[in-house]
Amino acid sequence: MENFTPYASLAGGLLIGLSATVLLLFNGRVAGISGIVWGAVSAKKDQAFWRWAFLAGLLAGGASMMALTPSLFAVTYDRTLPMVIAAGVFVGFGVRLGSGCTSGHGVCGLSRLSPRSLVATLTFIATGAITVFVVRAMMGGAA
Amino acid sequence: MRQGIAAFGAGLLFAAGLVVGGMTQPSKVVGFLDFFGDWDPSLVLVMAGAIAVHAVLFRVVSRRKSPLLAEVFHVPSRRDLTLPLVLGSGLFGIGWGLGGFCPGPGLVSLVTGGQEALAFVASMGAGMLVYEAAQTLGRRAKRARGATDASATEQLAADALAPTANPIDAVSKG
Repeated sequence: MENFTPYASLAGGLLIGLSATVLLLFNGRVAGISGIVWGAVSAKKDQAFWRWAFLAGLLAGGASMMALTPSLFAVTYDRTLPMVIAAGVFVGFGVRLGSGCTSGHGVCGLSRLSPRSLVATLTFIATGAITVFVVRAMMGGAA
Repeated sequence: MRQGIAAFGAGLLFAAGLVVGGMTQPSKVVGFLDFFGDWDPSLVLVMAGAIAVHAVLFRVVSRRKSPLLAEVFHVPSRRDLTLPLVLGSGLFGIGWGLGGFCPGPGLVSLVTGGQEALAFVASMGAGMLVYEAAQTLGRRAKRARGATDASATEQLAADALAPTANPIDAVSKG
């Protein structure tokens, strides 16, 4: 547990919860990133606009944080590029089939006590944990 | 326009939360999923913090007749537990553990210009398109089945879906 960052992570969580509330209060929308991404490219123009604005905010926020604290973007792990590419395909396909990701199910859905989101969240944490275990075993315990 | 400003603000807050919470460091995500190794519980606090705030404020906001800038709330109301929900979430989890990115942090990390984030977001888009193509083929096959011989079109649909359901498998077999 040497990498545990309880205060920063809790603060980050509070901001995410606040963001989800802002989107709900003003636009009546759920802050599910995968749904927003897909909706931005597939929805009609008038319904795509707020989604593009959200994504622009996401990138602007990221750029500001990058300027302030680049260390929080450190990519220090043993995954190869082909693994990351495969990961992206699984994530893209999976979130569409499963109707959501960590934000839509894990934060917004659980906040509403949605049984679908509870099942989804338990499932992706379980398969994620199994994957990390298997990858480490295959890479010779170097994860 | 006003909806756009609200959404932009929400996006800013969301990105700040992800970065402060440690979600843009894929090693922390992998550490959280590493229950059998050197477990990093940080993400528990990200989720707990987000849920604590949103669970309370969701209830408060939901008492309103409508959102401030829209006619109605668009909140999912389905409660049925389905196979696609479980399968899709399972596949998402595999990708999450493999790459250490979920969609939000992947997008935010684009600002680094790093090859991991770029590769992840591009292939995530590809995965979404593959799902869409499979859906379209599935619908087409279903229509065809209504009109013609059932078994042949069923095979067509199965063929169309098989390689997309598990791209890794399809590649290694090919």
